[in-house]
Parts: sequence; structure tokens; C-alpha cells
Amino acid sequence: MWVSADRERCISGGRCMAATSEVFDQDEDGIVVVLTSNPAPEQEDRVRKAAYLCPSRAIRIGDGPAGG
Amino acid sequence: MNAPPTTANEELFAYPQDRACPWQPSPGYQDLGRRGPLHRVRLWDGRTIWMVTGHTQARRLLADPRMSADRSRDDFPAVLPRLDAPIFKPIAIIGFDPPVHDVHRRLLAPDFSLKHVRAVRPQVEELARRLAADMLRAGPPVDLVQAYALPIPSMVISELLGVPYEDHEFFEAKTVGLLQAKSAEDAERAGRELWDYLDGLITRKEREPGGSGVLSRLAGQVTEDGDLTREDLLRIALALLIGGHDTTSQMIALGVVTLLEHPDQLAALRADPGALPAAIDELLRLVSITDVSGVRVATEDIEIDGEVIRAGEGVLVSSSMTNRDPAVFPRPYEFDVHRTVGDNAASGRQHLTFGFGIHQCLGQNLARMELEVAFSVLFEEIPGLRLGTPLEALPTRSGGTMQGVHTLPVEW
Repeated sequence: MWVSADRERCISGGRCMAATSEVFDQDEDGIVVVLTSNPAPEQEDRVRKAAYLCPSRAIRIGDGPAGG
Repeated sequence: MNAPPTTANEELFAYPQDRACPWQPSPGYQDLGRRGPLHRVRLWDGRTIWMVTGHTQARRLLADPRMSADRSRDDFPAVLPRLDAPIFKPIAIIGFDPPVHDVHRRLLAPDFSLKHVRAVRPQVEELARRLAADMLRAGPPVDLVQAYALPIPSMVISELLGVPYEDHEFFEAKTVGLLQAKSAEDAERAGRELWDYLDGLITRKEREPGGSGVLSRLAGQVTEDGDLTREDLLRIALALLIGGHDTTSQMIALGVVTLLEHPDQLAALRADPGALPAAIDELLRLVSITDVSGVRVATEDIEIDGEVIRAGEGVLVSSSMTNRDPAVFPRPYEFDVHRTVGDNAASGRQHLTFGFGIHQCLGQNLARMELEVAFSVLFEEIPGLRLGTPLEALPTRSGGTMQGVHTLPVEW
């Protein structure tokens, strides 16, 4: 699975970081930072939830090693 | 721009309607929810708008850029008489569309980020323990709103903004005056008093730079031809001060009522404190304190579920009913603190109490933390807490959308 985040769309809701802080963080301005673009298999469900919960639809996910 | 649609059809469902139970939507909304996801309802001024009770439809519409949140538009629906007051047109941030919305929200994002919220949590815990100790010293009966539910968020937002807490009786009373007003005139009067107060406060911050809090920081960034004018800052200050304490205090109050009226759930939570964060989201889902996930006006025709929302038509998304869409929440009317634990943790946060889309609540992480602290400290320090009045006799708010109680007598 790959994951990326559009920092322009991000509204700093923090839903992704609450879903899994292993994959998502916030910088000093509160904007999303993706810590790993290829999350571990056990993180995949949480990353999918993060993408679903993101209010500004800033998170993109897909199958395979890279994308976005 | 199209003329706002109006109708004299008295048969249409009249919005809003009061709750019969503090944590359940009005019986009339429950009936609408059983009939489908989209409804036509009639407002106080005779205008007809759409009311959304379906979760999927709500998410789609709240994230749709063709739906405007601009309260200064002539076709933006005033859901209650008080929302016709000039002070509400516009409300900072939630009442603006991009690009202004995005610029102002970005200015505030660092102060409301999850990291910042986690950093201030120990201070909020200390505050809650001090208030609980004061209650124990005073002895029962106590009004939990004044003694605990209100001071927690009120002190937290004062500190965060740089508003002197010693002025709390003034700004709390005027906020209630503004939010519970039955007419536009009363809302405007209370709102202007708050406006003048904040104007004076910001003037002092401009004269003496370097003070603490968000307003002190932003006062140094004001430019009349830039991204943040002085009027913008005043509107932001007003929105944050109001939004920062009233709904959270009422969520603490009604959350306590809900927990006390479900002793099995309270016991389950005491036995498993790790379930608290998920239980907070379950309480947020159930109580749906504002009862509204968002109000918008369509700027273009939007097709949804075989219906067409026409340009110029108003849309109100019900949080209490979208939070009870059985397709998303099985046994939707049940309070179950274990609904969202374990692997299912994130899915329990699907409730739309904080809205969805770019206007999702700026203070949601702060509110969640305050609620976690408020409930855990209260039931730890005063384990024998009980209602001091029968549930039916609670003085609940009426005639509006924002739920709450005027007072909450408790004993132990």
C-alpha cells in the first residue's frame, strides 16, 4: 500500500494522526506529514480509516509500492 | 442569484423541534430519519430548506465545494431568528468560503493541533482536580454547570486566546445571551457587547505587544490590505471565544447526565479506563450537542440520490440523525461505550458531530481532550455523584438547535 497527503488541502484536523501516529504526524504549523509512504501491513486498516475520516480529503491511498 | 424558495405550506415539517430526552433527537426527527435521507423542512420565516439525515449524503454534501458556507449571501438560510442578526453575517472562518476561510484557518491551526492539545493536557487535569476539590469542600447540592462544566472550557479558551479569565462572568453571560436569544435584536445586543469588549482587549494588545495567547500573536499580524484585517481579527476572536466554551461546557453537562442515566455503561467505563477516548466519541455521537453538522446554500444544482438541490436552496445537515444512520451505526439509539474499541477504534469516529469537509470543527481535538479530562477526573474524585433532580425536571434549553441545560443540580 502507498499513502500520500496533499498538504495544501490539509486543514489540520488531526484525524489521521489520531488514527495512527505511526504513519501520520503534524508539523509545527499543524499540517500533515506522512512518516512512511509505504505503511506496514498491520497499519493498512488504520491508514484506510485515516483516509476515510480526513475531512478535507487530503489523504490518497492505493495498492502497490508507489503512486500519488 | 435565485430568490430563496419560500412556501406557505403549513404541512411541511417545522424545524427545529425540541428533544424529549436530553441525549436523543426530537421524536419528529426520528420519524423523518425512518422515511429517508433527504427531507424538505420549513423554517420560522416560512422558507423551505433541505434537511439531511443520511450519513453518506451528509458527507458528500459537506465536502462539496458547490455548497457555500458564506453567511453574508442573501440566499443563506437563517435557521433561527437570532441568526438573522448582523453580528452573525458573517461568522469568522465557519461563515467564509475559500480562499479567505483557508487563510484564516491556517493562521489558527498550530494552536489547535493535536500536539499542542496534548501539551496543555496536564494543566487542564490540574484545573479539573482543583474544581472537583472545591465542589467537595462546598458540599452538595452543587450546580455542576457553574462549578465544573463551564469553568473548564472557559478557563482553557481564555488562556489559549489571551482573554483575562477574570472577565468570565461577563463573556459567559453575553455568549448565552447571543446563542440563546429568541430574536435577532436580542442576539445583536449581546453580540455587540462582546464585540466592544474584544475591541477594547485587542486595542490593549496592540498597545502592549508581547502578551500571551493567540489574540496577542495575531494582533501583531494585522494589516488592512493583507490576509488579516483588524475586523477579521475581531470576528475570529468572537468566534473562538464563543465556540471555545459554550458547546464544550454543555457537552460536559449532558455527557454527565447520559453517563449517570446509564449506570451499566458508567461501570463498564470505570472498569476499563483505556476505553475512555472511544467512549468520548460515542458520547459525542449520541448527544450531538449542537444538533447541526452544518448549514450551507447550494451555488449550483446538485444531484443527489435522485433529488436535485437547486442553486440557491438551503441545506441543513442534522448531526443527531446522521449519527443514527443504521447503515453506519448498528443499534443507533443505544449508548455503548464499547461500540468503538479495539480494531474498530477509528470507525467509531465517523460521527458528524464536529461536521465534515473544510469546516470541520477547529477545536475538535481540544474539545475531546477537555471531555476526557472532565469525565475521568469528576468520576474519580466524586465517585458517588448523582443527579440532584429527576431527569424529567432538568431545566433544558428549548426552541433552538444547540442543546444543553441552564443548571445541572448534582449530589453525592
